[in-house]
Amino acid sequence: MKTLIIIPAYNEASVIFTTLKELKAFLAKAYAADILVVNDGSTDATVDEAARAGVAVVTHILNRGLGGAIGTGLAYARKHKYELAVTFDADGQHEPNDIPTILEPITAGRADVVIGSRFADPSKEMPLDRKVLLRISNLLTYILFGAYTTDSLSGFRAFNKKAINGIEIKTERMEVSNELFSEIKRLKLRLSEVPIRVIYTDYSRSKGQTNTNGINIVFKLLLRLFR
Amino acid sequence: MVLPIQILLLVFLLFAISRVYLRAREGALRFGEILFWASIFALAIVGVVDPKFTNFLAVQLGIGRGVDLVLYLSIVLLFYLIFRTNVMLEDTRHEITKLVRKIALEEKKDKPHKKKKK
Repeated sequence: MKTLIIIPAYNEASVIFTTLKELKAFLAKAYAADILVVNDGSTDATVDEAARAGVAVVTHILNRGLGGAIGTGLAYARKHKYELAVTFDADGQHEPNDIPTILEPITAGRADVVIGSRFADPSKEMPLDRKVLLRISNLLTYILFGAYTTDSLSGFRAFNKKAINGIEIKTERMEVSNELFSEIKRLKLRLSEVPIRVIYTDYSRSKGQTNTNGINIVFKLLLRLFR
Repeated sequence: MVLPIQILLLVFLLFAISRVYLRAREGALRFGEILFWASIFALAIVGVVDPKFTNFLAVQLGIGRGVDLVLYLSIVLLFYLIFRTNVMLEDTRHEITKLVRKIALEEKKDKPHKKKKK
């Protein structure tokens, strides 16, 4: 099936080449897929590094946040008629080996959207502050959007054609992770979770959800709910 | 007796109403918005000219003093306006994102990198 790996990237010049090289090496031997880097208005050499790795790049002329970048990736997938799409972090915290695992529930016809859950893997201990933030986010996702998940903030997700064509992302920034669940419910998509491995480095932690932007996310989500 | 604060407030409120009139003439405000702002400022003028009017309203609503009623209503109104402004800001952000996305997809001329299936 025609598959697109969407990699949102904002100022990831120091790591993106390695991430793409490893991803390409895996795809060359195990799974046929195209790679798209959505350069979200980076001010460093992210575009050059991605181009050096020989992958397709689309560039936001302004930084629009994670939600904006994922939305662009899905719009690209719709435009080029992809049947499957996977979102994958640029910072190297995801394992390319997990791509077939995350796609399996879709190819087997059991799911429309699959979340790669970090919480389902007991072998990798998540830092405590991350665990607390994640629990709050999961609860909020359940209260606001009525969808229960063990990892509402996972950046590793897979979508089938129905999801690619139907999902409309309205939030721009990190709250997109929660909003996706609202779309899953609105479109009555079948949701599945698979355990994934994550590699927490100081770099990946500094690039992901910061603990202090939690309040901002809650505010934005409430604003959208009550508007 | 007219107090200096009444004159100052009256001048400001007349200025505010003149702005509503000018924006309405330009077509920058919708009918509902004209009605909303004109009513707010007109009520404020009544309250400034005849403070007993606010006292009368306050008593009807179970609040002691007219000035308290004005404060309560002002706070509620300010909260609501901040909320509306935030919503408008979010909508504007969303429109910008759509524009940025359209430009990004149109500028992408290269075909996606392909790998042969093994």
